[in-house]
Amino acid sequence: MDSSIDFKKSLIDSILAGLMALVLFGPIVGIVLDGYDFNTEYDRVAWFVAIVMVGRFGVSCFLQSSKGKEMLFKRSSGDSGGVIVTSPNYKSQMIWIIPVVILVGLLVPFIASKYVLTVVILGLIYVLLGLGLNIVVGLAGLLDLGFVGFYAIGAYGLALGYEYLGLGFWSMLPIAAILAAIAGAILGFPVLRMHGDYLAIVTLGFGEIIRLILNNWADVTHGPNGVSAPLPSFFGLEFKRRVADGTTFHEYFGLSYDSGFKYMFIYLILFLVVLLVLYVKKRLVKMPIGRAWEALREDEIACRSLGLNHVLVKLSAFMMGASVGGIAGVFFATYQGFVNPSSFTFLESALILAIVVLGGLGSTLGVVIAAFGLTVLPELLREFAEYRILMFGVLMVVMMIWKPRGLVRVTRTGFATRKGALK
Amino acid sequence: MDIVLQQLVNGLTLGSVYGLIAIGYTMVYGIIGMINFAHGDVYMVSAYITAIVVALLSYFGIESFPIIIVGTLFITIAITGAYGWAIEQIAYRPLRNSSRLAALISAIGMSLILQNYVQISQGARQQGIPNLLSGAVRFDIGDGFVQITYMKLIILLVAFISMGVLTYIIQKTKLGRMCRATQQDPKMASILGINTDRIISIVFVIGASMAAVAGVLITMDYGAFDFYVGFIIGIKAFTAAVLGGIGSLPGAMLGGLILGISESLFAGLISSDYKDVFSFSLLVIILIVRPSGLLGKPEVEKV
Repeated sequence: MDSSIDFKKSLIDSILAGLMALVLFGPIVGIVLDGYDFNTEYDRVAWFVAIVMVGRFGVSCFLQSSKGKEMLFKRSSGDSGGVIVTSPNYKSQMIWIIPVVILVGLLVPFIASKYVLTVVILGLIYVLLGLGLNIVVGLAGLLDLGFVGFYAIGAYGLALGYEYLGLGFWSMLPIAAILAAIAGAILGFPVLRMHGDYLAIVTLGFGEIIRLILNNWADVTHGPNGVSAPLPSFFGLEFKRRVADGTTFHEYFGLSYDSGFKYMFIYLILFLVVLLVLYVKKRLVKMPIGRAWEALREDEIACRSLGLNHVLVKLSAFMMGASVGGIAGVFFATYQGFVNPSSFTFLESALILAIVVLGGLGSTLGVVIAAFGLTVLPELLREFAEYRILMFGVLMVVMMIWKPRGLVRVTRTGFATRKGALK
Repeated sequence: MDIVLQQLVNGLTLGSVYGLIAIGYTMVYGIIGMINFAHGDVYMVSAYITAIVVALLSYFGIESFPIIIVGTLFITIAITGAYGWAIEQIAYRPLRNSSRLAALISAIGMSLILQNYVQISQGARQQGIPNLLSGAVRFDIGDGFVQITYMKLIILLVAFISMGVLTYIIQKTKLGRMCRATQQDPKMASILGINTDRIISIVFVIGASMAAVAGVLITMDYGAFDFYVGFIIGIKAFTAAVLGGIGSLPGAMLGGLILGISESLFAGLISSDYKDVFSFSLLVIILIVRPSGLLGKPEVEKV
């Protein structure tokens, strides 16, 4: 393999890329509209072009080196890096970490400040959303771009159920899951028969429809003004400062009132629900239905030839994901105490998708880490808030080109025939 | 009666623009079988370029409307076409051999990048251009009247000329034959000496140019836009492409017209708040009743 680098070629590449960048960035970056007039920003264009030229030169040189050639070869031979299969009686050395994590998780509300606690709650809500979408996108391979619709159904279910039917947090938690699953079934059944790409657009439309209805049907949903949502109660004890009839939580236990109590309580329920979902997902993957999801994702035609009912299998994944989204919505509403349609835009769906993509399609651990990373980091880096969406976009493109299966590779235990079974 | 006729006229212009954007979806889908999610945002970029070119032309003291519209069309088409080419190079070409899901996610990422890039560099506020051409023709019908602005007539004219030119290119020229060959069988086409990679790039450029024509026309008619306009219009144009049968060029134009007219009638006669809901519902209904669209061929998957 010839590993000498042709710098002249790289230079030409770089100049061509620079010219292209000038055409692309010149008008949009260099000329900023101001009313019917404009201001010029030539230095910004110069920076953009310079970055593109240097970057192109670097990439061009790298691809000519022996390491770059190796990478190109790997790409063209289509090595996507599948799952790691461990031996059937493999026991992880890291098994002790699970009780430690649970213990730390249970202790968090008692040691963390109120601000940290609210951030962690938000992170956990996104973990729940990520897990829900991961069932649909990661396991079943169905691209759902309207996941925020199910989230909205859960959140508004709690708020409107309280306002019109007097249902509280505890009764709405299962009802919201069922409602979201029914909505998923109604939406999914006609579309899942068709090619996967259509599902993306239809679910995108569905998410928008839900938001438009919430915005426009002001008689019921109060439109953009939003609705207030109730707090959970602790065996009938409320977390308010005082209630008209009955006792509040702090009165019953003889504590002085602290608004942090409600966040602690929400956190603890949420933590248990997340653990439950993690456990259910872990079991589902090993069950026939979970196997069928993954098999359908890899090769639909083969599965159908083997007699799998692809519509029902996909529908089950779709409904399962939707109900987890609905539950997350209930938590979001009670955590905010208030919901309005602006929380349920397409960007929210994109954020959840970014979590799943970064974490790895089908990987649980990756999704949990990514959910915290993508929700907690923006809290810390507030001055970069306007670049957030740009980062999500770059993340999706780069991840798909570089590591389509996510940062954390999926491992699974292999199978062996039972002793005494026919060989 | 006059309301119906007026909405019919509005719908025809709206529909011809949907058709122009739908062409981009349908051609890309036909040739590489993926939904170009960033196409709506390419339209959005073209709206910004239109406003910038109009502002530049007025800065240089050019006031004559024909020069403005022709100049804006050509410059916007050129730059937007370059965007189409660059998007294909960056986000889709490296994923040619990977799964459909990966390509789709990459396309969504590209759409987010474009939106945020324009938002950061141009600001999040709504932008606009001055009204360049006023006046209208009026027809009296009974006790009411139907009014067509000159701008709407120009939209119809330019949209149909662009569709005509595109149809000619695809049906009669060598380039068009190469495009159709690549669409039918990419492997065979490349064996026969067609540079399929280049053809795919050209298809992206054509799609972006058609979106640019739509961007110029709509921006000059409405005057106002922001960095988020591509989202809704993108979904609607996709609905139009599916309605006409995705992959079919005349289908995209027909689907655009049908969608534009039915949406305008719905907005005028029933409720304008829910006109977007109507279009989305229409998309779902088409997919249930006739997924291959009006002029499309049913898709058969072979192993």
